[in-house]
Amino acid sequence: MGWIFVASLVAALVLVHKPLGDYMHRVYTTTKHNVVERFLYRLLGVQPDAEQRWGVYARGVLAFSVISLLVLFGLQRLQDKLFLSLGFDPVPDHIAWNTAVSFVTNTNWQAYSGESTMGHLVQMSGLAVQNFVSAAVGMAVAITLVRGFARKGSDTLGNFWVDLVRGTIRILLPIAFVGALVLVAGGLVQNFVGPHEITALTGGTQNLTGGPVASQEVIKELGTNGGGFYNTNAAHPFENATSWTNWFEIVLILLIPFALPRTFGKMVGQVRQGYAILAVMGIIALASVTLTNVFELGGNATVPQAVGAAMEGKDVRFGVANSATFAAATTLTSTGAVNSFHDSYTPFGGMMTLFNMMLGEVAPGGVGAGLYGMLVLAVITVFVAGLMVGRTPEYLGKKIGSREIKLASMYFLVTPILVLVGTSVAMGNEAGLAAMLNTGPHGFSEILYAFTSASNNNGSAFGGVTVNTPWYDVALGLCMLLGRFLPIIFVLALAGSLARQKPVPESAGTLPTHRPQFVGMVVGVTIILVALTFLPALALGPLAEGLL
Amino acid sequence: MERIPSWLRQHIAAIRAVVVLTLITGAIYPLMVTGVAQALFNDKANGQIVQKDGKDVGSAIIGQKFTDADGNPVRKYFQSRPSAAGDGYDMLSTAASNLGPEDVVDVLPVPGAKDDEGDPDEGKQSLLTQVCTRSKTIGELEGVSGARPYCTSDGVGAVLKVFPAVGTPTRAVSVNQACPSQPFVADHQGVKVECGKPGEDYAAGRTVPVRGNIADVKVPADAVTASGSGLDPHISPAYAELQAQRVAKERGIDAGKVGQLIGEHTTGRALGFMGEPAVNVLELNLALDKE
Repeated sequence: MGWIFVASLVAALVLVHKPLGDYMHRVYTTTKHNVVERFLYRLLGVQPDAEQRWGVYARGVLAFSVISLLVLFGLQRLQDKLFLSLGFDPVPDHIAWNTAVSFVTNTNWQAYSGESTMGHLVQMSGLAVQNFVSAAVGMAVAITLVRGFARKGSDTLGNFWVDLVRGTIRILLPIAFVGALVLVAGGLVQNFVGPHEITALTGGTQNLTGGPVASQEVIKELGTNGGGFYNTNAAHPFENATSWTNWFEIVLILLIPFALPRTFGKMVGQVRQGYAILAVMGIIALASVTLTNVFELGGNATVPQAVGAAMEGKDVRFGVANSATFAAATTLTSTGAVNSFHDSYTPFGGMMTLFNMMLGEVAPGGVGAGLYGMLVLAVITVFVAGLMVGRTPEYLGKKIGSREIKLASMYFLVTPILVLVGTSVAMGNEAGLAAMLNTGPHGFSEILYAFTSASNNNGSAFGGVTVNTPWYDVALGLCMLLGRFLPIIFVLALAGSLARQKPVPESAGTLPTHRPQFVGMVVGVTIILVALTFLPALALGPLAEGLL
Repeated sequence: MERIPSWLRQHIAAIRAVVVLTLITGAIYPLMVTGVAQALFNDKANGQIVQKDGKDVGSAIIGQKFTDADGNPVRKYFQSRPSAAGDGYDMLSTAASNLGPEDVVDVLPVPGAKDDEGDPDEGKQSLLTQVCTRSKTIGELEGVSGARPYCTSDGVGAVLKVFPAVGTPTRAVSVNQACPSQPFVADHQGVKVECGKPGEDYAAGRTVPVRGNIADVKVPADAVTASGSGLDPHISPAYAELQAQRVAKERGIDAGKVGQLIGEHTTGRALGFMGEPAVNVLELNLALDKE
C-alpha cells in the first residue's frame, strides 16, 4: 500500500506541475499589474516598473528581511500587551530571537512549544505571515537567477517588490485559501478558541486548544516552512486529521518546488532544460523516498525488533510507510514539518532524513531555494565537465568564467562550513553537550541533525535534543541567518554577472545540458560532493549506530 | 521622495511592505478562511466535540486516557496507546518520547539516593525497557502472554554489557536487572552473568541485546509504543481485538456485539491505500456506554 501511496503522489505532481509551472511563468514575466497590485505598490511607495540591478535587488531582500525580523521579534516580546494572547507571557528573548530568525529564513525550527508559548495573534499575524513572505522571497530569488540566464547583456534583473507581491498575492494566497478549506473539510480546526478544560470520559480533565490552525497549516506546507501550530507539528490530529489530509499535505509540500523547473524552462525559452533539472530532482527524491520506506519498514534496530515495527513516535492512522514518505518529503524540501518523530526512526531511516538535508535542499528543495540551489549545482557540473574535456564551460549559452564559478563555489561551501563547524563547537563545550537526550552515537546524531537542519533552513529536528537554551538559540539562530542570506547574496551576484553576458552561440564543443548524460552527471556531482563532505560525520552518528 | 537616499528608501518600502502584507496574509486571509470554514464545516472547524449526556467529553479526533484517578486502566473501557504528552494525552504539552532505536540501557535507581530536587532517585528507563514493561502489563490485563523479543520475563530489556568491549569476554552484566534479580541468562559465552548494581558505571562494556526465542507475540506494536502526536485517537484493529474480550466480560455483554462496534468505529485506508486501518477509541467507548 505504501508504494501505491508514493505512486499516487508522483501522479498528482506530474498532473499539476505543468499548469502550475506555466502559470508561475506568466506571473513572473507579465508586464501588467492588476488593480489590487497597483494599489499595493502605491501603499509601498515603489515604482513597479523600475528595473533593479542585482545589488539593489539584494538590498531590497535584506531590508525586507531585517524589518520582518524586528517586527516578529517585537510581536513575540509584546504579545501580553496585545489581544488574542491567551494570557501567555512575552516569549523569552532568546526564544523570540531564535523563532524570529527561524521564520524569516524559511527554516521554522521550533525552539518554542506552540500550544504553551504563542498566542493566536503571534501565530496568525506573525508566524503565518512569514510563512507566506519568506516563501515569496525564496521564489523571487530563484526567478532572479533564472532571469540571469534568460537575459542578454542586461544590467538589471527585475524588481524585488513586484516579485514579492506577485508571489504572495497571485501564487501563494489563492492556493492557500482553497487548500485551507480542503484541510478543514478533513478535520483541521479553524477557530479562535483558547484552551478550555473539559471533563474526559473517565473523569480526568483535558484542555482542548483550538486556533486558526488550517489557515496556517496550509501555508506551512505550501511555503515549505514547517513550524507547527502545536508542539507535535503535523502529527497532531488538529494539524493532520486523517490519512488523506496527510497525503494532501505531502502534495502541498512538493507542489511548488516540483513545478518551478517548468517555470525555469519556459523562462529560458527551452522547456527541455527545465525537464533536465526536474529529472535530477525527481531521481534523487524518488531514490530517497524509496530508501527511507525500505529502512523504516525493515525496522532494523533493537527496539523496533522488540516492538515488531518502527512504531515509536508514529501515529496509527498514518502507519509506518506513510510516515516515512512524509519524513522524506519534508527533509528533501526545506519544510521540516513532521508527522512522526525522526529521533525514534531506525538508524538508517533517520540517516536518510539527515542525508536529504545534507544534499543542500535541492531535490526538490524549498520553494525557490531548491531551484536556485540546483541551478548552482548545474553550474558546478558544467565546470567539472569542462575541466574534463578542456573547454570553457557554458550553461544555457552563458560562459561560466572565473567570477561565476567562484560565486557558485562559495554558495556551495556556506552550509557545510556552518554544519561542521557548528557541530564541532557544540561537541566541544558543556552547553552544547548538555542538550543530548540520547547517549552514544545517537546523541551525536541529535547535535549533527540540529546544525544540519538550521544551516540548511529545514527546521525539523531529532526532537530529543534540548535546544531552547540561550546558547543553542543564539548558535542555531546564526546558522539559520548565515545559511539563508549568504547563499542568497551569492546567487543574486551570480544572476547579475550572468545577465550582463551576451550569449555565446552553441558550437560542437558545447555540452548539451538537456540530455540524460547531463542529468546523470548532475546527480553524480550532487551526491559525490555531499558524500565527500559529510561521510565522516555520518560515520560517527547514524552509521555507527546502525552497523555496530 | 526623491531627496531620500536610496538605502533609506528601501527600508521605508520594507516597513510598508511588512505592514501591508501582514494585513493581507495575517488578518484578512485567516479571517476569511475562518468565516467560510465556520459556515461550511462548522463541526470540523470547531474540533468535532463529542458529548455524553449533554456534556462535552472530548474531541472525536483527539485521544484521551481511560484510566482512573490512580492511573490504572478502567477495565470496562478500551485503552489508548501510551502517550509522552505530559502525564499522557495532555494537549498543553504535546510530545513524542524522542527516544532512539538503540536506547536499550537503563539507569537503575539507587536505593536511598535522592535526585536534584530531593525526591527518591527513580533512575531512567530505556525505551526498550518501557516497551517490555508495557507489554508485560498489557499481557496481564488482557490475560495473554506479554512476552516479546529482547525482553526478560520480568519485563525489562534483555541487555548485557560485556567486558572487555573487544575480544574474549571475561565479565558479563545484565544491566537492566537490578540485584538481587536473577539474570535472564545464566552465562554468556562461558562467562557467568551478573545482575546489575545500581549506581555502577557500565559504559565501557559492549552492549549486547539478547533476542531470545519468542515466536508468538500477542501484544501488538501500537500498544507498546508512544505515538508521535502524544494524542493518537486510534489503536490498531489488532489491539482492539485483544481488548474486546475483557471489555465484553466486564460489561456483561456479548463478545460479538463488541466486535461489531469495533467494526463500526474502524476507519479503513482512505481510498483503499492511504494510511492504515484504525479504531477510534473514544467513539468506541462512547458507543459501548450507550449500549
